[in-house]
Amino acid sequence: MTPSESSSADGLPSQPSGVASTDHARTNSGAPLHASRLVRADDTQPPPDADCVLSSRIRLARNLLGFHFVNKASPPMLSDIVHRVQSARFGGPFAGGVRWVNVQATAPADRLLLFERNLISRPFVEAQHPRGVAISSDESASVMVNEEDHLRLQMLAPGLQLVALAERMFALDAELEHSLEFAFHPRFGYLTACPTNVGTGIRVSAMLHLPALRLLEELDKVQRAAKDLHLAVRGFHGEGTDALGDFFQVSNQVTLGRSEIDIVEEFNSVIVPRFIAYERAARRALLERDAASLDDRIYRALGILRTCRLLTLDEAIKFLSRLRLGAATGRLTEVPLALIDRLLLEVQPAHLARTTGCELGADRAARAEFVRRSLR
Amino acid sequence: MQRLCDCCSNPATVHETLVENGVKTEVHLCAEHAVERGLIVPGPHGPALVVAKLLQGQLSAQQPARRAVKTCPTCGSSMQSIREAGLAGCPLCYRHFEEELGSLINRAQGGASVHVGRHPAHAAELVDRAALRNKLARELREAVSREEYERAAKIRDRLQALGGQASDAFAESDSTIAGEHEGEAQP
Ligand SMILES: [Zn+2]
Ligand SMILES: [Zn+2]
Repeated sequence: MTPSESSSADGLPSQPSGVASTDHARTNSGAPLHASRLVRADDTQPPPDADCVLSSRIRLARNLLGFHFVNKASPPMLSDIVHRVQSARFGGPFAGGVRWVNVQATAPADRLLLFERNLISRPFVEAQHPRGVAISSDESASVMVNEEDHLRLQMLAPGLQLVALAERMFALDAELEHSLEFAFHPRFGYLTACPTNVGTGIRVSAMLHLPALRLLEELDKVQRAAKDLHLAVRGFHGEGTDALGDFFQVSNQVTLGRSEIDIVEEFNSVIVPRFIAYERAARRALLERDAASLDDRIYRALGILRTCRLLTLDEAIKFLSRLRLGAATGRLTEVPLALIDRLLLEVQPAHLARTTGCELGADRAARAEFVRRSLR
Repeated sequence: MQRLCDCCSNPATVHETLVENGVKTEVHLCAEHAVERGLIVPGPHGPALVVAKLLQGQLSAQQPARRAVKTCPTCGSSMQSIREAGLAGCPLCYRHFEEELGSLINRAQGGASVHVGRHPAHAAELVDRAALRNKLARELREAVSREEYERAAKIRDRLQALGGQASDAFAESDSTIAGEHEGEAQP
C-alpha cells in the first residue's frame, strides 16, 4: 500500500546503540500521505454507521513489572523500556510488519503528522523523554511506548466497528504478553500510572459527527446524556480539546469491575447507537421542517470550498462538516463521503505542509488551493 | 527541670519518642526547630497553638509515634505525591498503598472495586485464588449469619489454608502483584 511497508515488514527492529534504534530516515520518508485505513479508499463499501461515526478506537494501557511508571522513571530506565518493547514479538494487527518511530529523535512537524493521523497523542508530541511508537503497516494499530503508561496499545477503524477491533486488540495483547511481563494485581487488575485507569485499562471511543443535533441546539442534551452514562466527551482531537464544532468524541470512563468485552459490546451496541439514532432523528426533522434551508447550507459550503483563496483550519472543518452532512443524507451526491473524510485529515497543518510544502502555521492560501483542487 | 532543644538552647516544647526496631530514641525540640523538621505545621496562629495541642495530647491520637511519611520502598512515592501528581510511581505502589488507592479507585470507578476480565496467563493462578477466596469469604459470612458455626469453622480453615484472612478475602487479600517474585525494580 505504501512504499514504507515492504522495507519494514521484518517485525523486529534492528537495534543500534542507544534509544535511537529506529531507522529515522525511513520514518521521515515513510509516513504515507494517501488514504489509509483511517480514511478508507474512495471506492470501497462505506463502513458501518459512517453517516454519523467518523472513526472508532480502542486503547489498552499496560505497564511492565519491575519498572517505575513513566512519570517516576529515569531517562535510562525509559530507554530500557523502549528497548524491551522493541524486542518483543508483535502479533495480530502487526502481522504485516512493524514500523518503529523514535519519537524523541523525530522532527516536530513529523510528530505532528503522526498525531494528526491519530497514531500518537498530543502529550506524546510534546514530551521530552525517551519514547517511541510502533505502527502497523496498515496504520490500523499503534503502540506508544512511554506515554503516561509504558505501553498504550491502540487500534483504529473508520465507522463504528468496535467489536471487530476488540478481537484484533486482544490478539495483540496476548502476543505481547509472551515477551513482556505486565503488572497485574488480582484486585485492581492491570496496573496503570493513573489510579483511575486500573482494571481492564481499556478506553473505547467513537468520533461522532452530530451536525444536525448542533443545528437544533441539542448538543447540551447530548453532553448531559453522555455524563449520565459515565462517558467522557471531547473535541476533534481528543484530550485537551473542548468539544468543538460538529465532531464529538465519546469514550468510557469506567475501567474496573466489568470485562473488556462487556464494555466494548455495550458501547458498540447500546451507547453509540443511541447517539446515532438521536442524530438521525434530528436530520429527518431538519429535512421535514425546511429542506431548502438545509440544502442551501450544504451547497453554500461547497461554493465556498470550491472558490475560496484563504482558508483556516477551523473554517475548513466547519464547511467540510456541512458537506459531510449533505453526503450522509444524500442531499449532496457529487462529493463522496470518503473524499470528505480524507480531506478532514489532509487539511490538518502537518499534512498540508507535507503535501504542499507550505510553512507550518502559514498555510491558509495553501489549504484553500488544496481544497479547491480536491473538490474540482 | 526544663529540657532544652536538641538543636539549640531554647526550651524544648515538642517531645517525641520514636521506637524503631525496639530501640527507643527521644527527640526534644523548640517550636522553631520542630517546624523546621516538619514535626509540626505552623498554623494561622503560629506554631504555639499546634504545640500546645501536641502537649495536651490532642494530636497524638492522629499522629503515630513515628511521624515519618509512609513511602513506597520501591519508588519513594508517598500518598501525598501520588495525589498531587494524579499518578502512582510504580506498580508496587498499589501494594504499599492498597487501602488508600483502593478507596480512591472505588470512588473513581462508580463503586467497583474488583477487576473482572482479561489477565496475563501468568496471573491465572492469582486470579483463581482471589476468586476462590472471595467466594469462600461470602460463604463464611452466610454461614455465620445463619449460625452454622461448624460449617463456618471449616470454611475458615480452608480460607486460612489459602493464605487469606477470614474476615474479608478482598479487603485483606494478599496483594501479590503478578510476577513480583521474579524481581523487584530494575535500576
Ligand atoms: Zn531549637
Ligand atoms: Zn512505588
